[in-house]
Amino acid sequence: MVCTSNQQAQRAYLKRMGISMAVYIAALFTGEYLVGRELVDRPVVWLLGLLPGLAIVGAFYAIGKLITETPDEFIRMLIVRQTLVATGFALSLATIWGFLENFELVPHVDAYWVAILWFLGFGIGAVSNRITYGAWGQLR
Amino acid sequence: MKNRLKVLRAERSWSQQDLADRLEVSRQSVNAIETGKYDPSLPLAFRIAETFDMSIEEIFTKD
Repeated sequence: MVCTSNQQAQRAYLKRMGISMAVYIAALFTGEYLVGRELVDRPVVWLLGLLPGLAIVGAFYAIGKLITETPDEFIRMLIVRQTLVATGFALSLATIWGFLENFELVPHVDAYWVAILWFLGFGIGAVSNRITYGAWGQLR
Repeated sequence: MKNRLKVLRAERSWSQQDLADRLEVSRQSVNAIETGKYDPSLPLAFRIAETFDMSIEEIFTKD
């Protein structure tokens, strides 16, 4: 998709993000209901286990497309900066936690928390942009 | 990099949004360039120069 304005890129981003989140919520609740009550066989459990994660991959894809489709170079730079802050934040905390967990100093945490940390870092990146450049970049 | 964007804009009574519309960028971009927080790419610097009918060197100077 070729976007000629930031608004057009934003709309495409919100649409993709909305679809990803809808699939995520539907997959999560369906999985909890069916697997929790042992109503489905092993292959379906695999499918239901994969779906929420794939929906979050869709959210990452939406952010990647936002970067490539945003025509304004300054706004694009802000979004890239946000993703760098998010990646650094999530990987740093995950690595530190992993080693602490290795020495049994902290409890085990499910791996999907890295994605949650990443989105938290994405928000921190927006605040960092606002402080450094006077503009948010992308908060949603 | 320093620039004369604010002065040139004021001479023409253009708001940041007016200039942003002419350059087809966001108002935030114009503000960031004006305040020296962001240095534009060469293609955008050329567009800015064309908009003011000047050369890049007449608008942007080294610190």
